Amino acid sequence: MSKSEVALEHGAHEPFLQHHFHDLEQQGEASKIGMWLFLVTEILLFGGLFVGYGIMRMLHAEAFHQGHLHLDRTLGALNTVVLLVSSFTMAMAVHSARTGDRKRLIVFLAATLAFAGVFLGVKYFEYSHKFHEGLLPGKYYRHTGDAVPGVAAFFGFYFVMTGLHGLHVLAGMIAIGWLLRRAVRGDFSPSYYSPVDLTGLYWHLVDMIWIYLFPLLYLIS
Amino acid sequence: MTGANYLTEQRGLRSWLFTLDHKRIGVMYLWSTLLAFFLGGVLAMLIRLELLTPTRTLMDADTYNKAFTLHGAIMIFLFIIPSIPAALGNFVLPLLLGARDVAFPRLNLASYYLYVAGALMALASMITGGIDTGWTFYTPYSTSTGGAVNLVTLAVFVLGFSSIFTGVNFIATTHKLRAPGMNWFRMPLFVWGIYATAIIQILATPVLGITVLLLFLERVFGVGIFDPKLGGDPVLFQHFFWFYSHPAVYIMILPGMAIISEVIPVFSRRPIFGYRAIAFSSVAIAAVSFLVWGHHMYVSGQSVLASALFSFLTFLVAIPSAVKVFNWVATMYKGSIWLQAPMIYAIMFLLLFAIGGLTGLFLGSLAVDVHLHDTYFVVAHFHYVMMGGTFIAFLAGLHYWWPKMFGRMYSERWSRIAAALVFVGFNATFLAQFVMGSRGMPRRYYNYLPEFQALHVVSTVGSWILALGLLITAGYLLASLRKRPDAPANPWGGMTLEWQTSSPPPTHNFAAVPVVDRGPYDFPPLEAEEELAGRPA
Repeated sequence: MSKSEVALEHGAHEPFLQHHFHDLEQQGEASKIGMWLFLVTEILLFGGLFVGYGIMRMLHAEAFHQGHLHLDRTLGALNTVVLLVSSFTMAMAVHSARTGDRKRLIVFLAATLAFAGVFLGVKYFEYSHKFHEGLLPGKYYRHTGDAVPGVAAFFGFYFVMTGLHGLHVLAGMIAIGWLLRRAVRGDFSPSYYSPVDLTGLYWHLVDMIWIYLFPLLYLIS
Repeated sequence: MTGANYLTEQRGLRSWLFTLDHKRIGVMYLWSTLLAFFLGGVLAMLIRLELLTPTRTLMDADTYNKAFTLHGAIMIFLFIIPSIPAALGNFVLPLLLGARDVAFPRLNLASYYLYVAGALMALASMITGGIDTGWTFYTPYSTSTGGAVNLVTLAVFVLGFSSIFTGVNFIATTHKLRAPGMNWFRMPLFVWGIYATAIIQILATPVLGITVLLLFLERVFGVGIFDPKLGGDPVLFQHFFWFYSHPAVYIMILPGMAIISEVIPVFSRRPIFGYRAIAFSSVAIAAVSFLVWGHHMYVSGQSVLASALFSFLTFLVAIPSAVKVFNWVATMYKGSIWLQAPMIYAIMFLLLFAIGGLTGLFLGSLAVDVHLHDTYFVVAHFHYVMMGGTFIAFLAGLHYWWPKMFGRMYSERWSRIAAALVFVGFNATFLAQFVMGSRGMPRRYYNYLPEFQALHVVSTVGSWILALGLLITAGYLLASLRKRPDAPANPWGGMTLEWQTSSPPPTHNFAAVPVVDRGPYDFPPLEAEEELAGRPA
């Protein structure tokens, strides 16, 4: 018992230690468990979509092939590269936080934020192009001249999957913006950087989901 | 008791609305879920009243459809799923572990507000057209019917997040915030049960989230995944829905079993029989729960092979469930049984859950299910499990921890009278439905053949007795709050950590971090206990 009381007293000096943890290490480990569990729920959320996609593609194989021809592979590939690079800059940001290099942390966070912005910018051009052509989800589909029926279902999935992913990118940008503010303020140190670490985990998942979305939507053969 | 406790240390509405204290959040959850239960209960009474006669009794068919849908949705999403984990679990889990709080107090509060938001959305459906799909939202009806389906599906989505947040919190808390010396096999079994529940909450709820989201998008954009008119597959909805909703049944029952595992040893004054078997059976139930969803779909056009496999897997669930029941009974054997309200409800649970569980095997058998599918037999079965199991266990837990939560003892005499009424009323209501169902009375029907009327009358009268018992329960529990605090720290002689702090506990739970050097059910010999006045030796 005496040992844990010592730890509690010691912890009182740490500004970011919450009262119910003994020390920052315990707090960091708990939040890491929490984040991994959250990522599991994210995978299952998208997992449902992937299963739905798989079944619909099985039912409407030709329409899905036809639909994917309307997508711009170059822009999709560009966005894949953008997100991969942003994952790298995010990893570097975590590394900088761990080594206590505040300047590099700020630079890498800003770079990640910028790449995320580029990704959404490209997505915006893609979406508006689709809207213009009448390639809208489900019952709003207005495009004519398809060789096979059912292309609307493909675009239903395209918009649901990329839309949900886009929302995740947006949420990640908000989180990274918040990290940036805290990094500028000097909140992080080698003993306390778990917000950076956890946002990093989240960001890699968002990146990974796109790595699956890209071939499933853009590269159907 | 002396000194400030979590209820009195801070006062005012703001101190409650912005609290991060797991005990206060648990209490807010308790009142909210009880309110939801009351609303769902009123709807149930109206439904039973309507069914008193074979034709119209007091409402039209449309209103009846909306009433049973809302009854189901409220009871499942607003009461049973959050009641034990988020209300009682929130309060006692950190105490049982010797922790000061859950791992993420802010997430905990966020979970509560998501619950409130989801609840308001679900209830708003009542004034924006109602919803008549049944709580299962089966397509294609749910994609074509009018009313407030969009609102309710979004409500379920929001409530799912609330449930996930609770699950994430409890797993992290159990891993990282156990008191010094509390290894995994010194944890009270309630924690094991809640832990297994949290695993299911995390693994199953996101799938429900995406399912109702897709249903919403199907209705708004006509995405074409579930609606056959658009090339979708309505049976796919059933797969998605039950992939969550069958494990969700175990989200509902495991916390109930967890409470029983606490109450029976304390009131039998015996170490639990087969601690590890009970602990691992919770995890086993959680694991198997993901592999049985197809037993809801024997008549939905699923392949025969799939049905046979699902049937076999369904039978497997009976094994860990029976392991628990036999261990509880073995714990009571040669124990010093003290029939206080929590124990009365625990024994009631054993009887009712046995009926609910065994009738589940009838429904899990392929050929029998074809006959019983969508009849009152199913209704009776899941009410025996959900109400006779989970709700009765909830009552056991509520009576067990009430003195700890509010520092008051309730009337022992009234609690016995109420328990007797609940038992008689419950069985009258639902035993009759087993008989009706096996004779072919379909569920959800507004009108029925006159030969079923006698049994329907029995069921409806039973519901009145049940309601009376529950109103008396509400009465004596609320009356106890008006008294001066009189509960001792450990009224039942429990050995788990929550009984080592005052009733109600101080804001930080324990004056000093407790150190654990024994199991949760290592009771000293009864003769040595002197503070347990009133307990038979």
